[in-house]
Amino acid sequence: MERAGVRLMGKKLLIHNDKVANIHTLDVYRAHGGYASVEKALKTMTPDQVTDEVKKSGLRGRGGAGFPTGMKWSFLAKPEGVPRYLVCNADESEPGTFKDRYLMEVIPHALIEGMITSSYALGANTSYIYIRGEYFYVARIVEKALAEAYAAGWLGKNILGTDFSHDCYVQVGGGAYICGEETALLESLEGKRGNPRIKPPFPAVAGLWGCPTVVNNVETIAAVVPIVNDGGEAYAKIGIGKSTGTKLISASGHINKPGVYEIELGIPVEEFIYSEEYCGGIRNRKKMKAVVAGGSSVPILPTELILKTAKGEPRLMTYESLADGGFATGTMLGSGGFIVMDEDTSIVKNLFTFTRFYHHESCGQCSPCREGTGWMEKILKKFLNGTANESDVDLLWDIQSKIEGKTICPLGEAAAWPVAAAIRHFKQEFLDVARSKKFVDVSHYDRLNKINA
Amino acid sequence: MSSQVHGTQHFDKAKRAEIKFSPEAMQTVQTIISHYPEAKIKSALLPVLHVAQAEFGGWLSPEVMDYVASVLKIKPIEVFEVASFYTMYNLKPMGKCVLEVCQTSSCWLNGAEDIVKYIEKKLNIKVGETTTDGMFSLKVAECLGSCGTAPMLQCGASYHENLTYDKVDKILDDYKAEGKLKSYTDLDYKNTL
Repeated sequence: MERAGVRLMGKKLLIHNDKVANIHTLDVYRAHGGYASVEKALKTMTPDQVTDEVKKSGLRGRGGAGFPTGMKWSFLAKPEGVPRYLVCNADESEPGTFKDRYLMEVIPHALIEGMITSSYALGANTSYIYIRGEYFYVARIVEKALAEAYAAGWLGKNILGTDFSHDCYVQVGGGAYICGEETALLESLEGKRGNPRIKPPFPAVAGLWGCPTVVNNVETIAAVVPIVNDGGEAYAKIGIGKSTGTKLISASGHINKPGVYEIELGIPVEEFIYSEEYCGGIRNRKKMKAVVAGGSSVPILPTELILKTAKGEPRLMTYESLADGGFATGTMLGSGGFIVMDEDTSIVKNLFTFTRFYHHESCGQCSPCREGTGWMEKILKKFLNGTANESDVDLLWDIQSKIEGKTICPLGEAAAWPVAAAIRHFKQEFLDVARSKKFVDVSHYDRLNKINA
Repeated sequence: MSSQVHGTQHFDKAKRAEIKFSPEAMQTVQTIISHYPEAKIKSALLPVLHVAQAEFGGWLSPEVMDYVASVLKIKPIEVFEVASFYTMYNLKPMGKCVLEVCQTSSCWLNGAEDIVKYIEKKLNIKVGETTTDGMFSLKVAECLGSCGTAPMLQCGASYHENLTYDKVDKILDDYKAEGKLKSYTDLDYKNTL
């Protein structure tokens, strides 16, 4: 992107050292400038100054909601004599998203450094990193890094000889998507079922064990490191408008180069999908059919709308540009889980995998979500069985519209939006299956591997 | 022992009396407990259940859940309601190696269904079943965060990614030769806490 005549594209702040040998160890991480933000914050800044830099940076929560991080921090209640907690949400479970896993696995100290610096800003003497249970091996990598950090005095009592003491622990989950919702995560961290809490009170007032708590995503916390090192203003200069800084994108599906990419917010979607630097285009010289841009919860868009907005402008990788046109023609950046589908993909069946997922992961507290996700899965199954009627398309639409906005947590919306978007943009495909009473399934394994051979 | 799921299992008092963490497992449990304020040790429940599942044969029997409740000084129902909520806790006996094939979007787009069918045929079991020799159980899982390396399966702590039929052959052969229980807590868990 052009900014003041300078092409800034390609700037990396989080995983620029990911190819350095043994960057997961403290020594190598330190040799590449690691833990400088802790030194700078603890020795030269007050906690409020750190928070101010985060505010100035314009950093927005990288877990999916995109809420301004500095503002979230400033909501934290600070009653006298009550402990405060920072909790890292590493319950990465949104289909299509695997960036936090990559960051923790490759550069675990980047997260730990961010945890210490952020905790200093928040006045938290204890923090927890809640990692989804399936990432057990990742939890072990982070635990090893924590042990190194303790041994070197970056954690524990009186860090760097200052008054600030901090303990950081890892907790593994038990396998439940819903624990990515911050109040469900806190319930889980308290040793309970992951049922989201009714808000208010928000965690900033009554979070972990009823104490003021900030819950931030892995990538958000890691981004605090360059923000403190280089200053919030420098961070805000990267990106476009209210989409500042860099973002980790998890790219998967029918692309030549799936993986985790750090992009500068603002690059065109077309460049991200087709350039050799990123996804490298569609596999087997196929045409692209559709993209889910921000994890399974966000609306799917057909090729013409993901590459260009309804106004015909190039769609950019920013919160605003991806949302341009609202849900009628736009989508969301979400978690940055970018799933690309080629021309041979059935949108009906993809939607079935999403809906099966949400039905499986609904915690069961709210009936619209608990029952509605099951109904939608059953109806979509009828399409796959060749027993669906045309009226089932309307029925699906009706059910999803009755889940949205009627549940305690956003899992309801997350389940409803993909259904609405698939019907909005690909209604003909649903009608064709219903009319022909036949669903033609394809073996993606054979299809992909035979063409490759 | 009945293999019914949920609260219908028989509770065997004699079995319960025999259940006890090994000294090493108990030390791991104590370390986990030390991560939380004294009055909040219930927080240790999820990680401790993982240790218990690894320690007592790959599943959580009513007796094991009762024992975990006594260790954490909470009610048995508090353990059961958690164990039955999360997908990683097995409430019935499983094979030594539980193969969990991810089936959500990106994995499906890359052939996860074919991988499942291939394993079903090879092991002569359906999803949800265990081989007669007790070696393998086959499950499908929802998104395991391996979308860029799809298709994939998880067995214990190990992620097997970019699967092909050949890779599946090798994985199953290796596990069978090893013949050991695979747990989420593998990979020298005790040494890293």
